[in-house]
Amino acid sequence: MSDRETLGAALARCGISRRALLKYSSYLATLMALPPAASSAMAEALAKARRQSVIWLSFQECTGCTESLTRSFSPTLEDLIFNLISLDYHHTLMAVSGAAAEAARLEAMKENAGKYLVVVDGSVPLGDDGAYSTIAGITNRQMLTETVEHALAVISVGTCAAFGGLPHADPNPTGAVPVSAIVTGKPVINISGCPPLPEAMAGTVSYILSFGKLPELDHLHRPKAFFGDSIHDRCYRRPFYERGMFAKSFDDDGARNGWCLYELGCKGPVTYNSCATLKWNGGTSFPIQSGHGCLGCSEPGFWDKGGFYRPLAAGTGSPGVAVGAAAIGGVAVGAASAALHRRRLHDQGGEKPK
Amino acid sequence: MTLLDAARGPVLQLALAIFAFGVAWRLSSLLLLPFARDKSLPRTGAPPAAFAALREILRRSWPQKSFGRASLFMTVNSYVFHLGLALIVFAFAPHILFIKSLFGVSWGNLPNNVIYAVAVVTVASLAAALIRRISNPVQRIISTFDDYVAWFVTLLPVLTGLAAASHLIARYETLLAIHILSVALFLAWLPFGKLMHAFLVFVTRGMTGAYLSRRGAQL
Ligand code: SF4
Repeated sequence: MSDRETLGAALARCGISRRALLKYSSYLATLMALPPAASSAMAEALAKARRQSVIWLSFQECTGCTESLTRSFSPTLEDLIFNLISLDYHHTLMAVSGAAAEAARLEAMKENAGKYLVVVDGSVPLGDDGAYSTIAGITNRQMLTETVEHALAVISVGTCAAFGGLPHADPNPTGAVPVSAIVTGKPVINISGCPPLPEAMAGTVSYILSFGKLPELDHLHRPKAFFGDSIHDRCYRRPFYERGMFAKSFDDDGARNGWCLYELGCKGPVTYNSCATLKWNGGTSFPIQSGHGCLGCSEPGFWDKGGFYRPLAAGTGSPGVAVGAAAIGGVAVGAASAALHRRRLHDQGGEKPK
Repeated sequence: MTLLDAARGPVLQLALAIFAFGVAWRLSSLLLLPFARDKSLPRTGAPPAAFAALREILRRSWPQKSFGRASLFMTVNSYVFHLGLALIVFAFAPHILFIKSLFGVSWGNLPNNVIYAVAVVTVASLAAALIRRISNPVQRIISTFDDYVAWFVTLLPVLTGLAAASHLIARYETLLAIHILSVALFLAWLPFGKLMHAFLVFVTRGMTGAYLSRRGAQL
């Protein structure tokens, strides 16, 4: 497909009918809770749109985000995403390598200045002058800064890019930071998750292409359509939570009967994502349905919240030593004040202290 | 660090340390005081000290006829919010998990909705206690700043807990953080004010009973 060709024409050429595009648009519109009229408007706009130039930068990451997107259940969804965009640079997916790959990035930046989207997965290491991750001889920070300069917007895909993720976890040996710590003056959309839901990615790109603006974002710059509700709010085990019926271990009767996983460390009440409604692998299941509590992977600092199996109600630290020392200190002060009192009594009694 | 991280981590630890220090200090400074031997002869017919102590503990746990209906409301209302608080603290699953994380012991819980209902009744009962304190001239005069602080730091965790459970006003994680912070405030204040009665109520009542009974006071 040439970049001048409209998406509608290109999709038709690939055998994807207008009806399929409408179906796809209404699916995305429903996911994003857009008004009914929006789905046909979306389909119209998508059909007329030119392919969106996308430069995908992968920094300190595990490629899970790309895996999530490219191995999404529905070939239609995956195909459509890649038909919607002109993926001009992506280490993992592009055929060329080395200087040719870098040339493709620079060319896309020049040709689509002010119009291309930068998608980033992975955090950016700042420690030791960024030496922990370099591509084509330049640090991730340098590459990000020069690539976003003329970008329309930046999409941080995955928790590493959005909030620092695993590389940022204590003690953060590489000095990893999220994309938003470096990119200023450009809109940054965070599609967090480890990995993120492919629908959130596809929906966000489609929305920008269709309406020419960013979707509504929450305080952490995540699209509200996908991150508006907590997992707990949409969890099918919620009635068990309310009834106080909790699995106490991963193989007790409660676990077998699908009771709430709160006691086993589920972070669903403080995690915002669409896993409980969209689910994974084409709506087959999601972690809680598979019997494991939510890890809270779409939230900042999820590796450092006191342990995946520690209930939310428990504190994150181990107060034993501090509390024990405080109690001993209290007894010492109390004993000293009692001793002083004894001494005063003794003095008042006229006897000389021994 | 988010507000919730701070509340679940350092703030809670600090509050627990202050609580442990305060309780240990108050109890040791009291219990290690010289125990003055009572050299007076006990009144004829005075019961043994332990019996008198126990009798006084029980007697003060029941409305006194001599005070008529005036004390009836106070006693019943006090039972309502004390039992309510006990159920909220010891029968709500997340609270049991909190206790388990500290002491390693746990027990069965009540359904959340039952606890929510108990919490609403407790809030109403605490509100009634405050109204009574303000509207009753005698109680108002003998009330100190500490009484109002004790009331406030007790009510706050119940209110914020209810708000968190019902996801009212703000996002759940913010409400949960505020709830934990209010619990931290309660813990940090408890040893230093009248809330210390949680540990001393039976000690003081027993001592008073034994002391007065030996002198023949008709309690
Ligand atoms: S399993 Fe997790 S998300 Fe589901 S109801 Fe229980 S605590 Fe909430």
